[in-house]
Parts: sequence; structure tokens; C-alpha cells
Amino acid sequence: MTRTLRNALLGAAFGLALTAGSAGAATIKVGVVAPFSGPYGVVGKSFREAIEIYQAEHGKTVGNDTVEFIYKDLDQANPAQSKALSQELIVKEKVSFLAGYFFTPDALAVAPLIDEANIPCVIFNAATSAITEKSPRYVRTSFTLWQNTVPLAEYMAKQGIKKAVSAVSDYGPGIDGETAFKTTFEKHGGTVVDTIRMPMKSNDFAPFMQRIKDSGAEAVYAFLPAGPTTLAFAKAFSDTGLKAAGIKFFGPGDLTQEPDLPALGDAALGITTTFNYSRAHDSAKNKAFVAKHKEMFGSTDTVTFTSVGAYDGVHVIYQMIKNGGGKIDGAKAVESVKGMSWESPRGPLTIDPDSRHVTQTIYLRTVEKVDGKLENVEKEAFPNQPDYGYKLGK
Amino acid sequence: METMFGIAVDGVAYGMILFIISVGLSVTLGLMRVVNLAHGAFAMVGGYVASYAAQTAGLPYGVALVVAVALTVLATLPLERLLYRRIYGSANELAQVLLTIGLTFVIVAGINYLFGPTLKRIPLPELLTGTVELGPKAIPTHRAFVIGAGAATLLGLWWLLERTDFGIRLRAAVDDPAMAAALGIRTERLYLATFALGTGLAALGGVLGAELLPLEPYYAIRYIVLFLAVVAVGGAGSIFGSAAAALALGIVDTAGKYLIPNFGEFFFYVALILILFRWPHGFFKGRTA
Repeated sequence: MTRTLRNALLGAAFGLALTAGSAGAATIKVGVVAPFSGPYGVVGKSFREAIEIYQAEHGKTVGNDTVEFIYKDLDQANPAQSKALSQELIVKEKVSFLAGYFFTPDALAVAPLIDEANIPCVIFNAATSAITEKSPRYVRTSFTLWQNTVPLAEYMAKQGIKKAVSAVSDYGPGIDGETAFKTTFEKHGGTVVDTIRMPMKSNDFAPFMQRIKDSGAEAVYAFLPAGPTTLAFAKAFSDTGLKAAGIKFFGPGDLTQEPDLPALGDAALGITTTFNYSRAHDSAKNKAFVAKHKEMFGSTDTVTFTSVGAYDGVHVIYQMIKNGGGKIDGAKAVESVKGMSWESPRGPLTIDPDSRHVTQTIYLRTVEKVDGKLENVEKEAFPNQPDYGYKLGK
Repeated sequence: METMFGIAVDGVAYGMILFIISVGLSVTLGLMRVVNLAHGAFAMVGGYVASYAAQTAGLPYGVALVVAVALTVLATLPLERLLYRRIYGSANELAQVLLTIGLTFVIVAGINYLFGPTLKRIPLPELLTGTVELGPKAIPTHRAFVIGAGAATLLGLWWLLERTDFGIRLRAAVDDPAMAAALGIRTERLYLATFALGTGLAALGGVLGAELLPLEPYYAIRYIVLFLAVVAVGGAGSIFGSAAAALALGIVDTAGKYLIPNFGEFFFYVALILILFRWPHGFFKGRTA
């Protein structure tokens, strides 16, 4: 408590000193809307930690201007409140950028606002492909279900799997995943024998396991939002004997996100996923990122995909400020980062000029024990994967 | 045929888990007439204590279970003396709801602060991992254990409430507190003991059900509807009613999810509506303990 207070006071003092010192300097504000409390509170925590790491590494100033982050708590998917909070940030706080957004509906809700106020919105997570179609001022530094699923389905077909079943949570991203899987897997000669859509609020997964078993599939493609349901699903998979029966388990990496791995325990071993980031990614940049996290926050338990989503998002915002020389014009700022490439802790990234979504390397990982700790160990890399879902649906 | 058998086995297993996590509420809501919305919070506290005891302190599963139940009861007894005692009686329903929901928020925030927002688990012993074969169908050993524990709880409670002095006095005290007191029954102590029984059962359910309802700080709010549904359908205060309701809802839910998963929770709530339409006071209102 006292430390936070001291930091805040120091920050305020520095801010005052800076404004007093140079006449041309200004404070550029970035509003971050994300869940900081509630069931998804760990997401907001990872956003904030990543932002603080980036600022510790690259400084709080760009040119003469200080970059300040303002956090707004949106504890669950709630588009109306997302819009209200974002509007408050624009009108009252006079932010130059909006950022964050964990859930798809929350991100979609601000499209009219950012167009009217001409403000760029950098999405740190929300992963439905259609979002960036809704406004030219969206830039996204996370991933989409299409992006993760297409290489996975191709890999499964290459492994000689002929019959597969898909089991997804019955909501937007789940259906994106199901469509992406079915289209790609069948294009490569496989058959999807059953598509199961599971209610969001399921507690008991035994009936779905029985259905998977009865379908006679050799492998299952599963997607559920990270959290308690994923845990119950993965447990049911190993407890009901499907794992022992030799059915292979594939899915996007949300299933085995790092903060959940300790709770999943050995039930997670052998789950194969594709994703854009693993805490165990072997690169100098990632090692430095993880080490800095440990140094600043004492543990690396919360480092996961949302961390790099935010870290790279801040990088894009800094670049937009640099490109504009301190003057922010929303449309021009987005224009200036189209095609931008850089090296992130997760690997090389490029912002696709059309979809304004990052083209990146997708990794194939298997959950294994590394020094007694469960990690997503990367097995293969599929470089330069775009968002296959952009302008495809609806 | 095999499908039917599979649905029946999974349904009974799910139903028994529903029973074991809801029966504590049936005791407080049914016998003591307290709308205890903090039931889920007590179950969660039990689960977290067991998780801490097993993971950090390294106690074996059985010991962790006992410690969790004992500590939860000890921790909640002061609440009975300070808070619950003031809201007994059916005239206080609004006060009961407000107090217990407030208590739930406090416990949720406290757990979130102490243990963090991530999922916690209670490691199972070797003995309870793996599967049991039941003819053509395999079910997790842990679930078979929960079914056994549920049956034992059911019989134990029936015996306690129907066949012991304690049970007779308790039922008398609930039906007519003034008359019971006049006859020399110490109703205050009786209520304290019953409250302890209710929270103990909540903690037991929290620990045993943790494989199905994973522990996280919002457990207390996330699953309370489920608990209330079971008690409402069973008939408040009826132990056999709760068991019948839990099994019926478990089987309907499992069958619906297996046969038409796209309909989601539809069948669960349709069953709830139809049963309450036919038996507005639940299956066993006022017939047995």
C-alpha cells in the first residue's frame, strides 16, 4: 500500500516537474478498459504488469511527451458499460488512445465512439475476426481463432487423422473456431463426424465426453474460454477414460493458458495446442521479458498470452506517438503503423495493412513438465500466419 | 441401450454431486428457515481450507477433508452468535437475504485477497484417480467415491433427524419455538448445533465437489442458483426430497446435454418449472425429515 502511494506521489512529482520544465511537453493519455476485478481479474492484472514492464524498459516519455495510462475496470462482458467507460475516458480524461478489451462484445461496442472522436483503439485481446472490420481505427495485437485453428487443423490432417469431432463453447469465438476447424480439416481430406456446441454454463462435462466417445472420432478439437469450465472439461477428458482410450486432444492455446496450468495438474499433460505465445518460448527477447516480470512482480505465474498482447499493444501505441511527432490524429496514426514489423517476445510480428491485425508465427505446443513445472513446450512453428477469418464471415 | 445406461450412470453421478453440495442448504433453509445465500461461500471456504491443507501443508486428502470441515464450522460459529441469531424466523426473509448476500460478498473479496483470483485445486490421492468400470461404461473413481459419500450422508442425516433425540427436539423447536422452549428444550443451543451441521455439510460438499465445480473466488455466487434449485425442487427441509430432486435434475440435465447439446441448460430449467408447477412446495414438503 505505502509503496504504491509513494510511487504515485513520486510519479505525480515527476509529472509536475516535467510539465514545468519544458514548455512544449505534454501528457498523452491512454485509456485501458479491461477486467481488473471479478472472475477475469487476472487478465487486467497481466495487462497492467505488461504495460509497467514496457514503461520500465522504454521509459515513460516519447520525445518530449509523457505517456500516461488510465485504467478502467470492466469486470465482465458488458458492451453497454464498455461504451460508457470508453466515452468517459474520451470526454472527461481526454485520452488520445483507447486500449485493452478482453471480450469481443466490449471491443465491438466502441466502434462508433472511436470513429466519431477519431481515436485509435488498440485491442489487446478480443479475438473474433469480425471486430477490425467494423472500424478503420482498430488495431489488434492478439490473435484470432481462425489464426490459431487453421494451422492446427492442417497439422492434424497431416498426422493422418481422418475422423475428428469438434466441441466448442456455444458463443461467438467458439463458433468461429468450429467453422475454421471444419472448413480447414475437410479441405485437407478429413471428416468432422460431429460438431458439439456446449452451453457456456456447463458444470458437468460427462455427457459431452460420452458423445465424443460414441462419435468414433480419433481426435477432438475443443475450444472453451479460459477459466473454470476449461479446467472441468480437461479433467473430464482424462477422468472418463477418453485419454486412456487414445483419443487425441487438440485445441487453441486458451485451453492451457499458463495461470491455469497448476490447477489442471497432470490432466493437462499431452494436450496439444496451437497459439501465438508460450511463457516457455525460447528466445532472448522472451527470456528478458520473463526475467523483468520476475524482477518487478516477484513471480511469473501470471505471464501468459494476455501479457504479450498488452506489451506489443503498448509498443504500437509508442510507435504511433513517435510517427506523429507528438501530434495525434487517429486515422493518420493507424495509417502510420500499417505494415510495421518488429520483434516481440513471442517472435516476429507485422501489422497487416488490410486487416490491421498482427501476422505472426503460430506455435504447436504440447503440455509437458519442465523442472517440475507444467509448461507449453513448443514443438513446431508455422511462420507468417495472417488472420484467415478477416472479411470471411457474415 | 448402452446410451441409456451411459446417461443413467452419468446422471446419477452428477445428481449425487448436486445432492452433496446442496444438502447443507436444505438443512439451514429447510429446518431453520434461514434463506442462507452464503451457503456457497461456506462451501468455498471449506474447499479453500482443504486446498491449502493438502497443497501447502502437505496433509493427506482424508485429513485435509476433516480439517476443512472442522475449521469451517469453527470459523462460522461466531457468525451464528453475532449475526444469524438475529434473523431467525420466517418473518425476517428480507433481512436474511440482505445479510447473507452481504456476507457472501465479504467472503468473496476476502478469499480473492488472500488466495488470488486463479483456480485452486485439491490434489486427489492415488486411490481416487483413474476410472471404475461399470459394465460397458467407465466413470471416474472420484465420482464413485462421491456417490458413496452422498449415500452415507443421506442415511446418516435421516438417522440423525428421524431416530435420535436431537432430531426430535430440533423438529419440535422448528415447528413451534415458543412451545418447545416452554417444555424445557434449549432452543438456542439446538439452533447453534444445527447451524454447525449445515455449514459442516456445506464445507464437505465444497471439498468433495471441487472436481466438478472448481474453486475460485466467484464460486460462492456462480453456483448458488444450482443449490437453490435443488432445495426448491426437493422441498425445503426434506433430506430425501433433496436427494430425489438432485437425482432428477442430474439425469434430466445429462440426458439433455447428451442428446441435444445445442439446447444448453434448457432442459434443466424446464424440469425445474414443470416440477414446481406440479409440486409448488417441492417433492417432499412436510412429509419426512
